[in-house]
Amino acid sequence: MLSLNRVSKIYSTGTFGGKEMTAVRDVSFDVNTGEVVSLIGESGSGKTTIGKMILKLIDISHGSITLDETDISAVRGSALKSYYEHVQGVFQDPFSSYNPIFKADRVFGLIRSEYFRGVAASEWSDKVDAAVRSVALDPGQVLNKYPHQLSGGQLQRLLIARALLLDLKILVADEIISMLDASTRIDVLNLLADLKSRGMGILFITHDLSLGNYISEKTVILRRGAVVEMGETEKVFGHPTHPYTRLLVSSVPQLHKKWTQIEDELEPPIAGTGGCPFHDAYPLAGHQGVRPVDEPTLVEIEEGHFVGCFELENETSRQVA
Amino acid sequence: MSLQVSDLRVYYRTLAGDVKALDGATFSIADKEIMGLAGESGCGKSTLGNSLIRLDGRMKYIAGSVTLDDNVMPIWDKTGMNQFRFRDVSVIPQYAMSAMNPTCKIGKMTEELLESRGENFREIKPEFLRRIDLVGLQRDVLTRYPMELSGGMKQRMVMVISTLLNPSLLIADEITSALDVSTQRAVAETLVSFRDHGFVKSMMVITHDMSILYQIADSILVMYAGKLAEKAPTSVVIERPLHPYTRMLVSSLPEVGVRYADKKLTGIPGSPPSLLNPPTGCRFRARCPLAFAKCAEEPPFVEVDTDHAVACWKATGTDA
Repeated sequence: MLSLNRVSKIYSTGTFGGKEMTAVRDVSFDVNTGEVVSLIGESGSGKTTIGKMILKLIDISHGSITLDETDISAVRGSALKSYYEHVQGVFQDPFSSYNPIFKADRVFGLIRSEYFRGVAASEWSDKVDAAVRSVALDPGQVLNKYPHQLSGGQLQRLLIARALLLDLKILVADEIISMLDASTRIDVLNLLADLKSRGMGILFITHDLSLGNYISEKTVILRRGAVVEMGETEKVFGHPTHPYTRLLVSSVPQLHKKWTQIEDELEPPIAGTGGCPFHDAYPLAGHQGVRPVDEPTLVEIEEGHFVGCFELENETSRQVA
Repeated sequence: MSLQVSDLRVYYRTLAGDVKALDGATFSIADKEIMGLAGESGCGKSTLGNSLIRLDGRMKYIAGSVTLDDNVMPIWDKTGMNQFRFRDVSVIPQYAMSAMNPTCKIGKMTEELLESRGENFREIKPEFLRRIDLVGLQRDVLTRYPMELSGGMKQRMVMVISTLLNPSLLIADEITSALDVSTQRAVAETLVSFRDHGFVKSMMVITHDMSILYQIADSILVMYAGKLAEKAPTSVVIERPLHPYTRMLVSSLPEVGVRYADKKLTGIPGSPPSLLNPPTGCRFRARCPLAFAKCAEEPPFVEVDTDHAVACWKATGTDA
């Protein structure tokens, strides 16, 4: 449904914009109907940039993003408005997503004035009530309140409810759990899983591997703007192959295992030759920069499990054997 | 016994009345112990940490006593605490990234800091450099400005500076929460190595992340709504918690290997009570699945096993 095809983003930096910084490099993946794809990476890995490109908040430098075969970079004017009917985002900090001087349910009113002008008031309030109920909130408790009267988890769920009012196909969820407390974060996570079963495609952007693993069908691991490993979640976490993925998996703090034990129990990589499986398959490929269009960026090491070049890893000081 | 806190109460003054952020805390930290302090936001864990080193203007000391290495710390006395701060009790603040003076090179800043405490920088410098090596930083960070360092590097730099005078107690407030997993692990392991090298005698690690505590802490103290809920050795808190809040908190954490499709986790319904006018009795009562009539009385924080204290009528067996 949503498809990224060799997307790159180059920012110009420096005082007069003289320097270039590649934030996202040759990223390709799909988000299908009823699927949660988690996009995992450290800060600065370009995961939010990808989310913003999908939401058309920033332009794409190279490559293309298509929604149902339509290139989104050409979408403008009224077509853009209907694009936002299908694609919405929810962001990390729920408190800064609301205007503190208006009541929180103003976000619903804005949707109505943009998209549902013809709908009668009673019908609209039924629709809002249904959306609020579907995110497991009680409309009587949360509507007609100011943002500071609600908790972070409630605000975050209201934003999801707002997105549900539209005929949504893709939800970009950018670190929506990170600011929430342990006791409420799991409820928001379960809510995402419900939405998935209703046929929505969700791009779940996170730095937390355990959250990504809990909910997603597919996992994409980013490092410095490039995909280092991606594929079905069980395969990526079951047989982490790229040294960076292995470092990440072994660094996740777990509740019933110490770090040293996790390292010992890590499955050996599939392509156990010790070398870089990408260059084993494509010996002539270059190491750095945006690759030529005819050159692949990943190699398939087992069905539905792709790994990128190991060379990107050279600068990391701590390696996991 | 390194740190002994008894019945400590610290409130916040607001226009609407006193917010009872810390309402009677009694516990101790032994020598060489890393105690984790866990709980939801607003449960008073940072208030507890801050009150042991510096009460800010909004905080009001109400009652209780704090003893560190047999010396009573006058935590209500801003100037009286000066002789303890940095030397005996030190802190790594929540936003260590912005804890350093941005207009000063790190070496110069440290020198001024030490001399303001009457220490000789030149005498301490060899040890300082040795510790910079130990945490894996380059020695030339001293000639750099804080903005030239990454978040994890700044975090480690602040750790070295805070512990330079070998304090008895180090308070580390949410130091790993803004970091990426791989950096998080490096910082957490550095904390443990500081204790093992004897740079700090004991430590209080404040975090909402129980899984980090499982990795590094010797014991965990769980707080709920300004009260202590449970304190026990780490493995007991994680494997055999007695307080229903601890139990629900531990079981609501997704782990690597747990999938939504296989095992659906549940959160804790409801939200913590307002601390402006906290309810009487057990404060977890409204959200607790086990609550019964007795819970209208406040449960005492009592030891039920060796080193295992809990504030719950069910756990203390009084309902029988």
